[in-house]
Amino acid sequence: MPESAVTAVWYRRLVLALLLAPALLWLFALIILPHLDLALLSFRQRVAPRQYVLSLAQYRTFFGEPLYWHVFVRTALLSALATALTLLVAFPIAWIIAKLARGRMSALLFVVCLIPFWVSETVRTLGWMILLRESGVLPALLVHLGITHQPVELLYHDATILVGLVYTSLLFMVVPLVGSLESLDNALIEAAYDLGGKGWSILREIVIPHAAPGITAGCIVVFMLTLGNYLTPTLLGGKSSQWFTEQIYTQFITRFNWEQGAAFGFLLLALSTAMVWLGLKISGQRFSDVMRRA
Amino acid sequence: MNAPTIPATGATPDLEVRSLSKRFATHLAVDALSFSVAHGSFFSILGPSGCGKTTLLRMIAGFIQPDGGDIAIGGRDMAQVAPNRRPVNMVFQHLALFPMMSVAQNVAFGLARRGVARAERLRRAEAMLERVGLAGAGGKRTDELSGGQRQRVAIARSLVLEPTLLLLDEPLGALDLKLREHMKVELKQLQSAFGTTFVYITHDQSEALVLSDHVGVMNHGRFEQLGTPQELYYSPATSFVADFVGANNRLAGKALSVSGSLVEVGTSGGWVVRARRHGAIAAGAAVEAFIRPEAAMLGRTPAELPAGQPAHSGEVISLLFDGANSVVLLHESRSRVQLRIALPQTGAYSDLQVGAHICFSFDPERAICFPARAAHA
Repeated sequence: MPESAVTAVWYRRLVLALLLAPALLWLFALIILPHLDLALLSFRQRVAPRQYVLSLAQYRTFFGEPLYWHVFVRTALLSALATALTLLVAFPIAWIIAKLARGRMSALLFVVCLIPFWVSETVRTLGWMILLRESGVLPALLVHLGITHQPVELLYHDATILVGLVYTSLLFMVVPLVGSLESLDNALIEAAYDLGGKGWSILREIVIPHAAPGITAGCIVVFMLTLGNYLTPTLLGGKSSQWFTEQIYTQFITRFNWEQGAAFGFLLLALSTAMVWLGLKISGQRFSDVMRRA
Repeated sequence: MNAPTIPATGATPDLEVRSLSKRFATHLAVDALSFSVAHGSFFSILGPSGCGKTTLLRMIAGFIQPDGGDIAIGGRDMAQVAPNRRPVNMVFQHLALFPMMSVAQNVAFGLARRGVARAERLRRAEAMLERVGLAGAGGKRTDELSGGQRQRVAIARSLVLEPTLLLLDEPLGALDLKLREHMKVELKQLQSAFGTTFVYITHDQSEALVLSDHVGVMNHGRFEQLGTPQELYYSPATSFVADFVGANNRLAGKALSVSGSLVEVGTSGGWVVRARRHGAIAAGAAVEAFIRPEAAMLGRTPAELPAGQPAHSGEVISLLFDGANSVVLLHESRSRVQLRIALPQTGAYSDLQVGAHICFSFDPERAICFPARAAHA
């Protein structure tokens, strides 16, 4: 009898290992392994053709060249700004879906948020270009309405990049927000109102503390997506976009300097990790709670 | 701080409702209702689910706009007053404590909204917690409290604002039986200690009877009867009240004859009983008679029954032992109508067996006969 029990335990462990195998394989082969290789790459320097030495030269270049860290900081700040704007736009939408709309209406609103994702990101962004370029729809409309005398170029501004990023990120903010707002008991809002609360104080004291894990989850996802976005800043910002992913692309593809590109990649990873950590610290949330919402 | 003004004269009721109505689509939830609640009293609205009592309470709180009629609280008309400005606070069905705040922050929430300074509101919250027997619990999270303690926090959170009226929306509904019995006593003690006017809604007739000074029995958006618990129990105004308040045996039949205040009722099975007449009843009319379980006397032989009362007999089908509330279920011999009769607490019938035949009688003055309800659901 003990022997059969031991066999059963081993059998259960084997089944568990087999079930986990695809996920572990994926994690190891496609995430850990390439990153290890990139890490090694970022810490070496080419001294002669096919001759490399271990060095911090790639990281020194980053800090020594103002353009690089200027773009780095700019990307971080604009990403944070885009995340904040996305939160401001998404919150009322999520509130309507979670609290005001009923049944079919609520599902319909969700679909409306999803519709842009039926089109590929490239096509979507090109659509924005058609609307905003100097000879495009919006400048023509502004002239027609007499607001501007001649067509203005609406592309290639920081504001244009922000609009594009908010538009691309909206759904990823709305989904966790709807989840956390739906779980808010309406009686809590009524009780707060009954005790003398007004719109703003109820939002600050009841709604935001309750939705905090959802807000944090949405912000983390949107910030990471924005920071790592390549297409939207490049197409809408053009030459002046100065997004850090472009620097990485340039190092890898244009200049074929994989060592420098790998170092830049790790700096971006460190930045996003630091910002997530900071966000969790400021909002007082635990990572595991937040990730359950996302 | 300016406390909500309570009129010095006892003449102004704390709550006065005049011909209040509310219609949802085709359903008339509250139908031209009028009543008033005196200062410092415990008033219950008792009714089955869907009778309109929640709608009525939410109109008083201000969450629902009435279609017609007036609500005056402390003598002041509430028509244009938003819920957050009414001198009324509510204890919600599931209490609705704020889980993101500590117990003290919950109690201080309303004071903060009134602009009371931080130190002062924490002091008052702590004093209030002490009055409800939760001294020192201010720093706890709400989910660290027991069901009874949570209820006391919900009441403290409202009473700290010194409202003219405290509305309670079936706060005991979610508790288990033992705690519910305990909280009933506690609620009554809290109400008399604070002297605040309570308006309490419930579908549980025993809660309403135990707690209230006055009860309005509500059905289809109207009050069937408004009176003290004793009046409801001993002199129900309608057959609905007789049926809904307290245990009762209901006999449907025809009035065979009417003599003065007594009606002779014949059931379809051919059993004839006499009961006190309530309302206009003509011979031959359909009627409903009610006999309280404790109004009937048991006897092993007709000779044991009180002299002068008509003797009946029946067969025991079940014995429901429940201490002082033990009853016997029996079938009347002739009509097989099922009756519920209280067992005397002397233990005289402790040897009673299922299947035994037994005699019973009741004073016709303690049985009551109503004209049959026109549309009996």
